[in-house]
Amino acid sequence: MSAPGDPRPAPGAKAAAPGAPAAAAGGRLPAPPAGGGMGADLIVIGGGIHGNSAALHCALKGMDVVLLEKDTAGRHASGVNAGGVRQLGRDVAEIPLSVRSMEMWHRIADIVDDDCGFQAAPQIKVAESEDELSTLAARAQRLRDLGYDHEVILSRDEVRAHLPAVAPHIVGGLASLGDGFALPYQTTFAFARKAAAEGVRIFEETAARRVTRGADGFRVETDRSVFTAPKLLNCAGAWGGEIAAQLGEHAPVEAIAPMMLVTARMPHFCDAVVGATGRPLSFKQMPNGTVVIGGGRRGRAVPAENLSHLDFAQLKHTAATAREIFPIMAGARLVRGWAGIEGRMPDDIPVLGPSSTQEGAFHAFGFSAHGFQLGPGVGSVMAEIIADGHTNAPLAPFSITRFRAAA
Amino acid sequence: MSAYDVVVIGAGPAGMAAAVEARGAGLSVLVLDEAGAPGGQIWRGVEAAGPSRRGVLGGDFAKGADLAAAFRASGADYRPRATVWNISPEKVVDYSAGGGSRQAAAGAVIVATGAVERPVPMAGWLLPGVTTAGASQILLKTSGIVEPDTVFVGSGPLLWLVASQMVAAGVPPKAIVETVPHGRLMAAAKHLPGALKNAAALAKGVRMMWAVKAAGVPVHTGVTDVAIAGATHAEAVTFKGADGAMRIETRHVALHMGVVPNPQITRLLVCDHVFDTAQRAFVPVLDADRMTSRAGVYVAGDGGGILGAAAAVLTGRLAAMGAAEAAGRPVDEGARGAVRAALAKDAAVRPLLETLYAPAEAALAPADDVVVCRCEEVTAGAIRHAARLGAAGPNQVKSYLRAGMGPCQGRVCGMVVAELIAAARGVTPGDVGYYRIRPPLKPLPLSELAELGEAEPVAAQ
Repeated sequence: MSAPGDPRPAPGAKAAAPGAPAAAAGGRLPAPPAGGGMGADLIVIGGGIHGNSAALHCALKGMDVVLLEKDTAGRHASGVNAGGVRQLGRDVAEIPLSVRSMEMWHRIADIVDDDCGFQAAPQIKVAESEDELSTLAARAQRLRDLGYDHEVILSRDEVRAHLPAVAPHIVGGLASLGDGFALPYQTTFAFARKAAAEGVRIFEETAARRVTRGADGFRVETDRSVFTAPKLLNCAGAWGGEIAAQLGEHAPVEAIAPMMLVTARMPHFCDAVVGATGRPLSFKQMPNGTVVIGGGRRGRAVPAENLSHLDFAQLKHTAATAREIFPIMAGARLVRGWAGIEGRMPDDIPVLGPSSTQEGAFHAFGFSAHGFQLGPGVGSVMAEIIADGHTNAPLAPFSITRFRAAA
Repeated sequence: MSAYDVVVIGAGPAGMAAAVEARGAGLSVLVLDEAGAPGGQIWRGVEAAGPSRRGVLGGDFAKGADLAAAFRASGADYRPRATVWNISPEKVVDYSAGGGSRQAAAGAVIVATGAVERPVPMAGWLLPGVTTAGASQILLKTSGIVEPDTVFVGSGPLLWLVASQMVAAGVPPKAIVETVPHGRLMAAAKHLPGALKNAAALAKGVRMMWAVKAAGVPVHTGVTDVAIAGATHAEAVTFKGADGAMRIETRHVALHMGVVPNPQITRLLVCDHVFDTAQRAFVPVLDADRMTSRAGVYVAGDGGGILGAAAAVLTGRLAAMGAAEAAGRPVDEGARGAVRAALAKDAAVRPLLETLYAPAEAALAPADDVVVCRCEEVTAGAIRHAARLGAAGPNQVKSYLRAGMGPCQGRVCGMVVAELIAAARGVTPGDVGYYRIRPPLKPLPLSELAELGEAEPVAAQ
C-alpha cells in the first residue's frame, strides 16, 4: 500500500487559485462569490463519505454537481470513525447494500485513485459464554435461511487460530471473513478529491442555511450566495433532520458521539477486527501497531457547536472490556480519545431514498454509527435513483415515510 | 471525588503565586504538578539547590526559593508527581498520581502550565546528541550535569541565560551560533526607549551576553543555513556565517528558537485563541482577570502569552484574585491595581525582545525532507503536499498524515505544521488554526482508566 505520507502526483484535483471565479470546472473551491448565484443539476448537502460518494457517482453519470459542506470534508463521523469495513452483524435490510459496497471496497483504489488504507481482515464477534454463542449461532442460521452465507460460526479453536491473544474465557465467535478496515479520513478525502477531479464543485465552510423549492427547482441559501438546481440530495448526517424539516418531512435524527480510544504502538498481536456479543466493543490493531478501541459507548454531542465531549466514566468500561477480552491490553498506554458527531435514527438504520414531499429531493443520512462501510455502495445507488430514476437496490425499509406516524 | 474552590495546574512561578494568593483569600486550593517539587521549569529544584548551585543559577533563582517557601506554608493541597490528563467542560479534573487516577471538581481552574520551546526542525535535529536549551538547563538544575562541548544554536533570551549559567558552572559552551538576522537589532532599537521602563531586565540580558563573551565563547551572529551533520549521532554544526561556510565539530547541540505558550489545556477546553503576530504563536484570549473565553478557567504565566517569570508571579496573583472575586470573596482593589501596574512595567521590555528574537524564517520553513512530526515521522514535504491537495489546516493534515497523532499529541510539531500549511496556502497560521487537542493530555495506562474512580484517596503533601 502507499502510505498517505508519500507525496505523490495529485490525482487530477483541479483546485482553483484563491480568488478565481468558481467556474464550471470542478475542484475544491474557495468560498463562492458573495451575493452571486450558481446553478447546477444537483446540489448535495454534506461533505461526508456519503455526500462525496454520491456526488462522485452522479458526476460519473454526467450530472453537473455542487457539493456544500459547512466545515471541511470528513470533519465529523466520516473522518473520525473507527474505520471498520464490516458486513458482519448488519440489519438484514442493509445486507444487500453492504454486500454491494464490500465488492467496491475490494477494488477501492480503482474507484478513487487511492487505496484508502483498506486492509482485508476478518471481522469477528466473540462469545464470552455458551449463551452468547447460541445467540450468534441463531443469527448465522437466520442469515443462511435468507440466503446469505457471509457470516460463519467459529469454534473455540477456530477463534484462537484467528486471535491467538484472545482471553481463555472466549468460547467461540461469529465471523465475516471477507471484511476489513480502512482509514476513514483518507477515504473521505479521497472521495472528495476524486469527485472534484470528475467535475464536482465542492464548497467547504459553506453551510446550507435555508432550503426552499421554487418554480426553477431547489434553492439553497448560504452565508455568501445562493445555489439552485432541479435536484437536491441531503447527506447532512446528524444535521440531516434539519434539512428534511425544511422540505416538510419528519426525521427524528439524534446527534450522538460514539467514543474511541487509541493506544501507543504495541507489538503485533491481532489481525482481525473484533467485537463482543454481550457488551459494546470494536477492537483492531492497525498496521502501525496502535490499537483502536471503540464500540459505541457514547460521549456528549453538541451539534450546534460542532463539538463532542468524552465521558471517561463510560470509557472506563470500554477499557475494562478490551482488557478482559485481550489480556495483553493490561500493559497498553492510551494516547488519545475522540468522538465524532454522528446521526442516529430511532431504529438504527439510515434514511435512504426519495423525499416524500418534494419531487427531485433525496435523502441519505442517519447511518446510526455504521455508515462508513456503506459509503461506496450507497453513493452508487443514490446516483442510480437520482440520475437514472431507478435502482434495483431494495430501499423500501429506509424510506423517510416510516417516521410519519411519529410526527 | 474531592472538590476545591480552585484547582491550580502547575507549580511554577505562576501556579505557586496563584495558590498563595487564593489561599490568602480563604479559598480551598488543590495544586497539581508533574514535577516532584515546586518551581516549574524556571525554578526547577529551587528548594534543593545549595548555595553554590544558586550562585550558578543567579539572583532570580533565590526569589523562587522564597515563593516556594510561602507556597509550602500556604495551606494549599499540593500533589507533586500528578499528571492532569483531562478537564471536562464542567471543570472536573482527572489526574494520575501514584499509579491511579483521581478526580477533583473545581470551582475555578487556573492553568499555569507555562511555555514550551518552539520546535526547531532542521537537517539533523533528531540525531542523538541534539537537545534543546531548555532540556540542557533541566539537566544543569537537577543534576548539575553540563556537556563540555555544547554548541548553542538559535536565538532568544533562554539561550543566553543557559549559556551564561554554563559559564558560571565552569563549563562554558563551545560556541554560540545565533540566527538573529542582520538588521534585527536596528528594528528592535526603536523599542529601546519603552524597554527602559524595565531597565533591570535589560541590564540582566546584557550581563548574560557579556559574561558569555567574556568567558571567551566564540559567538557567530547573523548565521544562515544551519544544519547538524552526523550519521548516527551529532558530529558537527554547519552554517553560513560572516566568514562563509563554517563547521564546528561537536557531539552536543542545544537548539533554541524562543518559547511559545503551552497550548494543550486551553485547546482541550476549546478556549478562544488568537495568533499573536509579535510572539508568532497562538495565545488564549484573556480578560483583565486572566480568564479565558470559558467561564471559570484562568491562565496564569507564560501559557497566556510569553512574559517571563516575574510577570508569571503577577499574573498568578491576578488570576487568583479573579477567581476569589468570582467566588464572592472581597478583593483589595489597591493591591490589584498595584499588581497590574507592576505587570505593565515588567512587560515594557517585551516589544524589544519579541522583535529581536522573532524566530528565523528558516525555522518556520524547514526543507521538504526534514521530519517535522517526530512521533509519526511526517516530513515538511508531506505536509506541504497535503496542503496542496486541499487539507485546509492542521486537523485535516493530522487526519490525513497522522502528524500530531502520536504520544506527544502535537506538542512538538503543532506550531511548525500550522506555519507550513499557512505558508503553502498563502494565509496566516491564525487562518488555518491549530490541532484539536483530545484527552488524555498525556499517555495514560489503559488499566488506570479501567480502574477509574477506584483508587484510594491519597493524602496531600
